[in-house]
Amino acid sequence: MNPLAIIGRASLGFLTTFGQLCIFCGAALSHCVAPPFYLRLVGRQIVAIGYYSLPVVGLTALFTGAVLALQIFIGSSRFNAESAVATIVVIGITRELGPVLAGLMVGGRVGAAMAAELGTMRVTEQIDALVTLQTNPFKYLVAPRLIAATLTMPLLVLVADVIGVFGAYMIGVHRLNFNAASYLANTFEFLETQDVVSGLVKAAVFGFIIALMGCYHGFNSSGGAQGVGRATTNAVVSSLILILVANYFITESFFSR
Amino acid sequence: MSATPKISIRDLHKRFGPKVVLNGLDLDVAPGESVVIIGGSGTGKSVLLKCVLGLLRPERGSIEIDGQSVVGLRGAARDQVLKKFGMLFQAAALFDSLSVWENVAFGLIAGEGMAREEAHTIAIEKLRRVGLGLEVAALEPAELSGGMKKRVGLARAIATEPEIIFFDEPTTGLDPIMGDIINHLIVECVRDLGATTITITHDMASARTIADRVAMLHQGRIVWSGPVAEIDRSGNDHVDQFIHGRAEGPIRMEV
Repeated sequence: MNPLAIIGRASLGFLTTFGQLCIFCGAALSHCVAPPFYLRLVGRQIVAIGYYSLPVVGLTALFTGAVLALQIFIGSSRFNAESAVATIVVIGITRELGPVLAGLMVGGRVGAAMAAELGTMRVTEQIDALVTLQTNPFKYLVAPRLIAATLTMPLLVLVADVIGVFGAYMIGVHRLNFNAASYLANTFEFLETQDVVSGLVKAAVFGFIIALMGCYHGFNSSGGAQGVGRATTNAVVSSLILILVANYFITESFFSR
Repeated sequence: MSATPKISIRDLHKRFGPKVVLNGLDLDVAPGESVVIIGGSGTGKSVLLKCVLGLLRPERGSIEIDGQSVVGLRGAARDQVLKKFGMLFQAAALFDSLSVWENVAFGLIAGEGMAREEAHTIAIEKLRRVGLGLEVAALEPAELSGGMKKRVGLARAIATEPEIIFFDEPTTGLDPIMGDIINHLIVECVRDLGATTITITHDMASARTIADRVAMLHQGRIVWSGPVAEIDRSGNDHVDQFIHGRAEGPIRMEV
């Protein structure tokens, strides 16, 4: 087979998908800001995304904070900088690990659920049924998920930050024998508002990405159970990759300030 | 047939990649008429309904509802046209996340903005109309049998009292007795509403019960159309082969 044809076909496929995604995103955003608003559905999604993700995000943050404290202690002790453990942990968690790990965990849990739910609705004609009942599927299915995920992720990350710092504190005080008061003082002394804000901005963007990918792939699934499975996989993989890519660009934009 | 058909379709073309599904289809449906479209699997019967509803966009041709062209309508204009429609989907397409009564009342609440209490009352009445009691109203769709799902789907289709109702293979997957019950329910509900209907089916018993007129779809066109009473003496080889379920004849199935 002609290699140029393969490259051309792959490029066209990528551009087609990218164009479709842009159109989908534009349509979804327009329905997020135009009435009617299904507030009941937004509330339901906030519970599904935020409340039910708390255990997995909390556990991830707790053990990540604990491991971070141990690793930073090992590294910093090589040049007698053990007192920096608390500061590095809190900056690392609020700026990077809190939003990224929460994004990855929620991307796996919620993105997959959204794609599977909407994909099943697509292949069982429930989305077509919505249209025949004079209800715009973007407004009823996509907009509430986008709004809820974008609003909820920062709250989840805020909780993850607190739990992560707590995990590190427990290890710092009970395993590494730091003084509790001085550990807490070091934690907050060098923490800046921007550290937390940049993490929350990331969280909102990651929430939007997760919902967009879940809805896009679910909404466009076809081919029965196999198609729904494919949509779910694509939603998770694409949202995780986009989270990591977006993370770099957001970090770059805050770093350059 | 009256001067202005309720539904008028002219020269409709729809293809998916290289596969031509509708190839210059013409069809008129008079107000209050019940047309049943028969034809083999994959001949484009569902595609036709989806084109009329605006779920698929045809490449060419016109579709008029009450004399108004509906191809390419968007936004409020499309919603206005869709208010005239109800549809019973093949597998009922009930919303899994809602209870039975919420499914039935969906068009009233989300589509027409009716208060939930009022919509609940109407939903219970429509469920009663299709032979389902109050005890079913609070169930989830997953708790229903196939026949009950069809009944709930029918109740949802008639809840907004539409002028036009589409039935997509209403008896598929049901035993003959339940199929006959659904057929008679459809006839009664449609008669009560005075609605115009298009039904697509493979089930000839269903077609004979529901139809005023039968149209045979083959290779993207209507190859025969006539009153249901004349279907056994249509003189059309395609219709004869189809209604007698013969493998031999002008219709060649892809296997």
